[in-house]
Amino acid sequence: MNWILSPFEISTDHRSRIGPKAYALSLMAREGFKIPDTLFLTVDAYNVFVNAAGLRERILLELNRKRFKDMRWEEIWDCATRIRNIFLKKQIPEPLNSYLTEKINSCFSGKTLAVRSSAPDEDASGSSFAGLHESFINVRGTSSILDHIRRVWASLWSDAALLYRQEIGLDVEKSAMAVVLQETVTGNRSGVVFSQNPNDETQVIIESVYGLNQGLVDGRVEPDRWVLDRDKKTVLSHTPAPREHWMIPSEHGVEIAPLPEDLSGRPPLSNQDALDISELANRSEGLFKAPQDLEWTIKNDTLYVLQSRPITTLSPGETQDKRAWYLSLHRSVENLKALRATIEETLIPEMKKTAKELSEQDIMVLSNGELADEVRRRRKINQHWVNTYWEEFIPYAHGIRLFGQYYNDAVRPDDPYEFMNLLTQTKMASLERNQLMEDMASMVRKDRQLFERLNSEEAFDLNSEFGKKVDEFIEKFGDLSCAVTGGTECATDTRPLFKLLLEMAVNPSSLASRKKPNGARALQQRFLECFQGPKRKEAEELLDLARSSYRLRDDDNIYLGKIEAQLLRAVKEAKSRVESFEHRETRKIELDDLKSAIQDLDDGTFNRKASLQKNTNGIKVNPRQLVGQPAGPGLSKGMARVVRQHLDLQDFKHSEILVCDAVDPNTTFVIPLAAGVVERRGGMLIHGAIIAREYGLPCVTGIPDATALIHTGDEITVDGYLGIVTILKTCEKRPLLPNPIVRKKF
Amino acid sequence: MAQDQEIKDQIRELFTHQKLGVLSTHHSGQPYASLIAFVGNRDLKEICFVTSRTTRKFANLSADPRVAILINSSLNMESDFHEAVSVTALGNAKEIHGSEKDEILRLYLTKHPYLEAFATSPTCAVVGVTITTYVIVKNFQQVMELHIDQ
Repeated sequence: MNWILSPFEISTDHRSRIGPKAYALSLMAREGFKIPDTLFLTVDAYNVFVNAAGLRERILLELNRKRFKDMRWEEIWDCATRIRNIFLKKQIPEPLNSYLTEKINSCFSGKTLAVRSSAPDEDASGSSFAGLHESFINVRGTSSILDHIRRVWASLWSDAALLYRQEIGLDVEKSAMAVVLQETVTGNRSGVVFSQNPNDETQVIIESVYGLNQGLVDGRVEPDRWVLDRDKKTVLSHTPAPREHWMIPSEHGVEIAPLPEDLSGRPPLSNQDALDISELANRSEGLFKAPQDLEWTIKNDTLYVLQSRPITTLSPGETQDKRAWYLSLHRSVENLKALRATIEETLIPEMKKTAKELSEQDIMVLSNGELADEVRRRRKINQHWVNTYWEEFIPYAHGIRLFGQYYNDAVRPDDPYEFMNLLTQTKMASLERNQLMEDMASMVRKDRQLFERLNSEEAFDLNSEFGKKVDEFIEKFGDLSCAVTGGTECATDTRPLFKLLLEMAVNPSSLASRKKPNGARALQQRFLECFQGPKRKEAEELLDLARSSYRLRDDDNIYLGKIEAQLLRAVKEAKSRVESFEHRETRKIELDDLKSAIQDLDDGTFNRKASLQKNTNGIKVNPRQLVGQPAGPGLSKGMARVVRQHLDLQDFKHSEILVCDAVDPNTTFVIPLAAGVVERRGGMLIHGAIIAREYGLPCVTGIPDATALIHTGDEITVDGYLGIVTILKTCEKRPLLPNPIVRKKF
Repeated sequence: MAQDQEIKDQIRELFTHQKLGVLSTHHSGQPYASLIAFVGNRDLKEICFVTSRTTRKFANLSADPRVAILINSSLNMESDFHEAVSVTALGNAKEIHGSEKDEILRLYLTKHPYLEAFATSPTCAVVGVTITTYVIVKNFQQVMELHIDQ
């Protein structure tokens, strides 16, 4: 079996074993194009690796935990993370390992290499896979090269690659990966050339940067751009870039550095260089009989081809766009740093300020017409922040994922989510809220009289220490009756808060915060020790970024909730006026205005939650064991409390298992009472999973129809190691509707 | 003696080539069958498998350790009727702990490496079934019994 082939050994038959990228390079080498020293690792080597030690079946078990179409992107990312970790942990089996070691040593003898993906699927699909799989440059040392080969293989199973293959109808289970091993040519000028401008067939486009090409390809270094006339072979225009940075080789890989001053003042290419590169692209187009997108670099005035592929010209909205969307699922460190600055320095302070201003406004003094305008204004403000939440806050959560991959690459832990231990137990707004509840419950526990008063629903002294604490709590977080933070009296009054406090008071063990030391300090040390010099600083920065991303994943909802609560306050007042003025003819115009302002608005929450799951198929299903994603390690057994609407939370009892559609930070106040968490929405980084980990609770997420298949009162176990929920005994008296709400003034 | 050896070899052959068997337990007299990924000892004295402690099979065998395990070589084809070999093993099940568990897990994962995450989960038990009798069926109706001296 030939696991490695040189460009000069390749025939047409090899194309499906080395992929189109490698095949194109072999043709170019034989036609006399200057390419770096190159070898191709065939898909046979990949197959040997995945067939050894049951790896292929392990991958497929991971992928088939549930139907692919039922998985959210977050779950696919989790799946890809677990698979990637398996690849990183598994050694290449013998004799393949020895064979590769010997070949790499003898052919490249100590040179640094580029390790690039080459997916044969690209041919079968007729679609471009550019950017979907990983490639690395300037990899030093045989063991590191072997390690990066495994990373390239693993990228076949990345979230973006899985989604894209499914999109274009490829069977991912039959996919395989070839690898291009190429000597790193440390060119001082690099770029890409389109032999034909996709928007104007008479033109050639060249983009060029100083240093390595990776900076341009990753979008991290802005290129100078030339437009040439294809027929006349003349330069039509040159658009210079700011030329502030370049990408250069570092000890381990590459790094972005400031561009030396003497280079920033002049373009990387002369007009003659541009014409030479255009001619190179023209020759490549002639060879492949199709317009080419070619990557090149210049070292010591020698022009090298790094790779060449056909330009995929697709109409807008076709596959190209979707691939771009899948690629956008991953954010660069620079992008996330910029996002962090915006969020922490601008958006969060603005959100706080907005919520405060709205809460200080006395809406009771407004006329009906003014109130209608105020509702509209608040609706607009709220929508603005909901949009900001999706556009800025949600993408920022990628900071956690980026750190996770970085940690796993460095530490190679058995548990691919070990990195979460470095992020948890940070100061989050929801934990502050839960701590305040803990304090109040402690007061109730110690004061028998207060306990009895609350229990028998009698009034208590508002000026007492407890009364002040309650006021402080409600001012900050609302009375818990609303599904948004800061809301008050959505449906009842402070009763939900007091019911939970009483429950916490009689179950002190639940309050003593099950948060356990997770060895974060030792883990952090272990992580940072993997890096030396500037890399250590980079690792520290990334950890800091991930912690901020983790904290905001929770806090943003709390702040957003406070703004929603203020919209809700205005809507409630408007509804109340509509009801009281309904029969007064004289106010009809103002009344209609108010009615129109609150049209489509409920006084609950505003279009931010998933719709409730309904069990309407009419088929009787008795689930016994349901499989989801393991999101918080541990095993617990208890009665299920299925929460279908926010007010169900007030009936939550100590040691019950929370079963819900989606936990968000505005509802996690019951978690300190819970024995476990089960959620329909899947993922390791969703709020339910995050808060369950904070409290050391078993958690299973991603169980389709969890709230329809499990009923309040069912006796269940939550296996957070394996992601399994077992229904041991079904409750005989199942409520048909959510629990009735007690409407009693306290 | 030669026939003993032949039967033992056939059972070992099934142990080597078959990945799955059917475990029979009962709950208050109601039989319950479940599929298991097993590993068998060379000396034929024990068949082991891994199960989550929350399963019915684990609850059943905890209440009554008497179990039966069916292992067979059928391919879901007509030729199964004359070619397939089937073995029913009768014995007593118990959860294995300590160093013995580590050794069994090693053998188990050599045969089923893809089940590593499952088999090593703290919520799973390694169960060993001490076999007293094998009932081997071949050539459609020929039935022999092999009694194991433990």
